[in-house]
Amino acid sequence: MTEIIDYLGDPWTLEFMRRGLIAAVVVGAVAAVIGSFVILKGMAFIGDALPHASFGGIAAAFVLGANLYLGGAIAAVLTALLIAFVSRRALIKYDTAIGILFVGAFAAGILIISRQTNYAPDLFSFVFGNVLGVSWSDVWITTVAGAVILILVVLFYKELLFVAYDPSMAAAAGLPVAAVQYGLMALIGITTVIGLQTVGIVLVVALLVTPAATAQLLTRRLPSMMALGAAVGVLSSVGGLYVAYYADVSASAAIVLTATAFFFLAFLFAPRRGLLWQRRFAPVEPA
Amino acid sequence: MTNSTAPGLVLEARDLWAGYDGQPALEGVTFNIETGCLAGLVGPNGSGKSTLLRVILGLHKPQRGDIRVFGSRGRPDRRRLGYTPQSEQVDWSFPVTLLDVVLMGRYGRLGPLRRPTKADHEIAWQALESVRLADLAHRRIGELSGGQQRRALIARALAQEADLLLLDEPLSGLDATAQHDLIALFEGLRHQGKTLLVATHDLSCVAADFDHAILLNRRVIAFGRPSDVFTEELLNTTFKRHLLLVRLEGRTYVGHD
Repeated sequence: MTEIIDYLGDPWTLEFMRRGLIAAVVVGAVAAVIGSFVILKGMAFIGDALPHASFGGIAAAFVLGANLYLGGAIAAVLTALLIAFVSRRALIKYDTAIGILFVGAFAAGILIISRQTNYAPDLFSFVFGNVLGVSWSDVWITTVAGAVILILVVLFYKELLFVAYDPSMAAAAGLPVAAVQYGLMALIGITTVIGLQTVGIVLVVALLVTPAATAQLLTRRLPSMMALGAAVGVLSSVGGLYVAYYADVSASAAIVLTATAFFFLAFLFAPRRGLLWQRRFAPVEPA
Repeated sequence: MTNSTAPGLVLEARDLWAGYDGQPALEGVTFNIETGCLAGLVGPNGSGKSTLLRVILGLHKPQRGDIRVFGSRGRPDRRRLGYTPQSEQVDWSFPVTLLDVVLMGRYGRLGPLRRPTKADHEIAWQALESVRLADLAHRRIGELSGGQQRRALIARALAQEADLLLLDEPLSGLDATAQHDLIALFEGLRHQGKTLLVATHDLSCVAADFDHAILLNRRVIAFGRPSDVFTEELLNTTFKRHLLLVRLEGRTYVGHD
């Protein structure tokens, strides 16, 4: 018994593990809540695009000596708003606009760094994530930003739900649809930026999509989908950090793969919607 | 607000022109709708029915012309206007229950940051009762049948306590029984003093049960009582080659795409 407790408790005797845990848990929960909207609106591509776009801002902030997260957040939010603007105007197709804007912003980041004579290894932690290298100030920023995002979702839940579910009816009812859509895009942008330090640009989309999709298979209503998604996100972060600690592998990859494992468990075994359930019961399912 | 309208008119459209990207959708549309009337907006696909509803709702700006809703120009009081979009435009896989959707009808009346109150819940339940779906309130919206889904959208408009209901193709894709149920519901609502404008290409329902019809194909071909405007000539003008009139043993049968 004490062995199990030692085994479970051992990683958290280290301060950098504790810092990483707090950051990963906050990001796992917040990303799943925002990610619920992302997958319901079919915006996974945006979840991939915004972290890439933030790299332009991170690089610019690095050169200017400004706060890297602030730079990343500004770039991500600006890109998000531009995507929303272009798609509302229907000038070009939605996914085309995303493709143009995020690669442009990412390339701007590479361009800026390539001019730096002193190489910038710091920036690579943004590409692949470095959750075990976060500082207390990173943890602090993440927690405050995450809390603000969750509070905004709770306060404007009614508007977010209505606009996500049926924008034309919401507009007919007099809700400020454009403002809500822009606001949601900005929240997605900020969420991806705080996700960067946990899993990095390349993998952050998994935090938005995978726990929320897992929860979607197991729930009937949006609030329970968000809550369960947050729980899956938190469990993935904790589980991933254990795997990283004991198997000595990349923490970001371990967190993402833990979430992927949860998804496949739900995909196979979810009541009613799981693959095995459908195989077994589909022929007798009543109309 | 000027109130120079004739009494009893809910809707007055005068020479409305509207379109998208230079493509005209409505060309000089003029008609009236009286209070407490069950009116059919009839025309083939692409005839501008949805655009006209969006113009009435204030969601699409007309290029020219004048629309008065409840006797006043400019942006209508949206709380009094109920709208149900075409079923294909609704995301039926979204994780919401029937009650969640009907409660959305209250959202326009609540300000920002305000939650539905107990009174809002009561009104939502009444709306569910009046479309006879109260026993399915906690079902996921995607689990409802086609006819139940149409009634769910109408319940949302009723929860809004709207006086004028604009229904976009509520009858299409339903079997005869479900259509009959829906028409009975329309008649009940008219009895309560609601005005309904129902976009449809189902001529037989309008002919049998509606008291007003607008034949639309970008312009208004005719408006009046169905028995007066459903003539072979006017229907052919409205539907062009999309309509097939077949005479069999003295009765006229109508087919269309």
